[in-house]
Amino acid sequence: MSETSGVAPWVIQSFCAIIFFIGLAGVMMRRNILVILMSVEIMLNAVNLSFVTYARQMADMGGQMAVFFIIVVAAAESAVGLGLLISMFRTLKTVDTDEIRLLKE
Amino acid sequence: MNAMLKWIPLLPLIGFTINGFWYALIQCRPGAKKAHATVPGLIATAAIFGAFLISLQTFLALKGMPAEGRVVEETLFSWMKVGEFDLKMALRVDSLSTLFTLVITGVGTLIHLYSIGYMGHDETPGKFFAYLNLFCFAMLMLVMGSSLPILFLGWEGVGLCSYLLIGYWYQDTEKASAGKKAFIANRVGDFGFILGMFLIYTHFGTLEFAKITELLGKSEFVALLSPAAITATCLLLFLGCTGKSAQIPLFVWLPDAMAGPTPVSALIHAATMVTSGIYMLARLNLLFSLSHTAMMVIAVVGAATAFFAATIAIAQNDIKKVLAYSTVSQLGYMFLACGVGAYGAGVFHVITHAFFKALMFLGAGSVIHGMHEEQDIMKMGGLRGKMPVTFVTFLVGWIAISGIPPFSGFFSKDEILWNAFANPHGNKLLWVVGLLTAMMTAFYMTRMFYLTFMGSSRFDHEKVHAHESPALMTIPLVILAILSVVGGFIGIPHMSWLEHWLEPVIPAHEPSSFTAGVTTEYALMAVSTVAAICAILFAWKTYTNLKTADARKKRHAKLHETLEHKWYVDEAYESAFIQPIYEISVKLWKGFDVGVIDRIVLGFGRVSQWTGQAARTVQTGSIQVYAIMILFGLVLSLSYLIKGFI
Repeated sequence: MSETSGVAPWVIQSFCAIIFFIGLAGVMMRRNILVILMSVEIMLNAVNLSFVTYARQMADMGGQMAVFFIIVVAAAESAVGLGLLISMFRTLKTVDTDEIRLLKE
Repeated sequence: MNAMLKWIPLLPLIGFTINGFWYALIQCRPGAKKAHATVPGLIATAAIFGAFLISLQTFLALKGMPAEGRVVEETLFSWMKVGEFDLKMALRVDSLSTLFTLVITGVGTLIHLYSIGYMGHDETPGKFFAYLNLFCFAMLMLVMGSSLPILFLGWEGVGLCSYLLIGYWYQDTEKASAGKKAFIANRVGDFGFILGMFLIYTHFGTLEFAKITELLGKSEFVALLSPAAITATCLLLFLGCTGKSAQIPLFVWLPDAMAGPTPVSALIHAATMVTSGIYMLARLNLLFSLSHTAMMVIAVVGAATAFFAATIAIAQNDIKKVLAYSTVSQLGYMFLACGVGAYGAGVFHVITHAFFKALMFLGAGSVIHGMHEEQDIMKMGGLRGKMPVTFVTFLVGWIAISGIPPFSGFFSKDEILWNAFANPHGNKLLWVVGLLTAMMTAFYMTRMFYLTFMGSSRFDHEKVHAHESPALMTIPLVILAILSVVGGFIGIPHMSWLEHWLEPVIPAHEPSSFTAGVTTEYALMAVSTVAAICAILFAWKTYTNLKTADARKKRHAKLHETLEHKWYVDEAYESAFIQPIYEISVKLWKGFDVGVIDRIVLGFGRVSQWTGQAARTVQTGSIQVYAIMILFGLVLSLSYLIKGFI
């Protein structure tokens, strides 16, 4: 354990879990796609934080590596997601998931 | 010499290939110019004529050999080899088959020549001549094959060609179904043939004629054969003959086969193919002679067919139908001969019959041609002045078949009658039936001849301009007429060249074994001649005055109707076999196919529809529901993994 860290790992991990489930609840319950996308980002960041914590705890740089990958992918994903969202809004005039059920057809 | 043998069947095959490809690739393309019959006809005729020349050369070569060694063989290749069974594609010509090759190629050439004239107005002469040549190839393979399977190859080949040519004008449904009828009736016979062949292989261990004959020559081998097995084999092979050679019970296809072009009737359904049953009996005569039962069956079936068909021929009005039933009747005669052990007489009748019956068919074709496709003899009459050559040649054929000496039919028919009477296998009753048949033959032939050529004409001269046929058709008639006159001289009783010639294949009977002497023989000859003349005079007198003929017909209306309807055999077969099969088929179709098979197949479809219907409710289309599903799945699999780790 490093001297500089004052907070115990389980606190951080619990915090991560709470944030993750907040994100998950957002994805499940909100109807606005924009909000859903933001919730996905929250979940990703919760996982990122968890990775970093473990990396620190176990003195393994692999976890930090993963975080970089996730950040890059998340950035790309949100760019694509927002693009899709805009074109979807243009064609369907809505961003409400209850009204968008094209997968059923 | 040996190397030439294969060209006898090969030449017609080459002719078939040329005409066939020419027709299939060029002539039948849409918009192609209509081909005339001359060129394909000449190709086909040249092919068969070449085969005739080689046959003649083979015959002369055989003639030069000593009597015991009169065999020419040529092995072409090994057809199939399974273990000890080695089947060679080999040709073998001996004193019996050389006669058949001569008749097939000789009469065949004349009929090919005639066809060029007869099929002049046909739409597809290329196809016709291709089929005709293919038939000659198969027929030659049949008589030249050195073993039963090769004979069978030819047997099936001629059956196929017969089917193709009967249904040649297939746009006419009736003609097409006549072809089918011939094919199916022959299938029944071929079934027996195959089984007989299997039995021969079981008992002899070989299918080659030479080896079978050799084994049958050994008395210790023959003693080991069970009589029941021999009888079964012979009867099964004879079933094959009844199909191909139109005997009771399978004769029904031959009269219908007249739907084909007339040269086909002359070549296939009078001169060659239908005699292949006699050829097989003569070829395996040693085997058949072992079974007394089988011989008796053959003789009785032959005599019955001869009699039965002759009665039908009396009441037919279609010129070709009369000839067809006459052919069935004459074939019955040949089987009668074989059945009483006189194979030589049977072969003799095959040859003379080929001449005069081909002549009469071609003559009938000439009449039909000249009368603009009219076949009803009631609408003819008085054609003697209009068609002199046809008239004279037909006259010859009529006298020959009626059995008036010294025409060819007399000798062969009398030989058969004599054997039926006096041969150790013969029977007086068979002789009586044969004699009655001969009288009826003379009667119906006179009737047909008179109604066609004599008397006054009964057709509309304004519409029908009866005319003589072109030389291309009359020349074969003249040649066949000459042959019908002199053909009998090869088998004059007591100095028969034919019997002597066939001796290596068909052992002659000892004169002492006959149950009657020479005096009786000449007396019987006189009896049958007088009987034939009486029948002719009676028929002539009857049909000179058609009113009395009609009155007589009315007096025996019931009998006449029965005969006109061919003893209702077709109707009986219809209700005994065809209807039940049809009904069973309908039941199977509606009960089994629709009820069981269709239900199973449709059941599969319905089950997948139901499961699909049930499963599709899961797909709500809402992303969030999907997300929840993913979550559930994730939780489940994770919990399993963790539990597994613990």
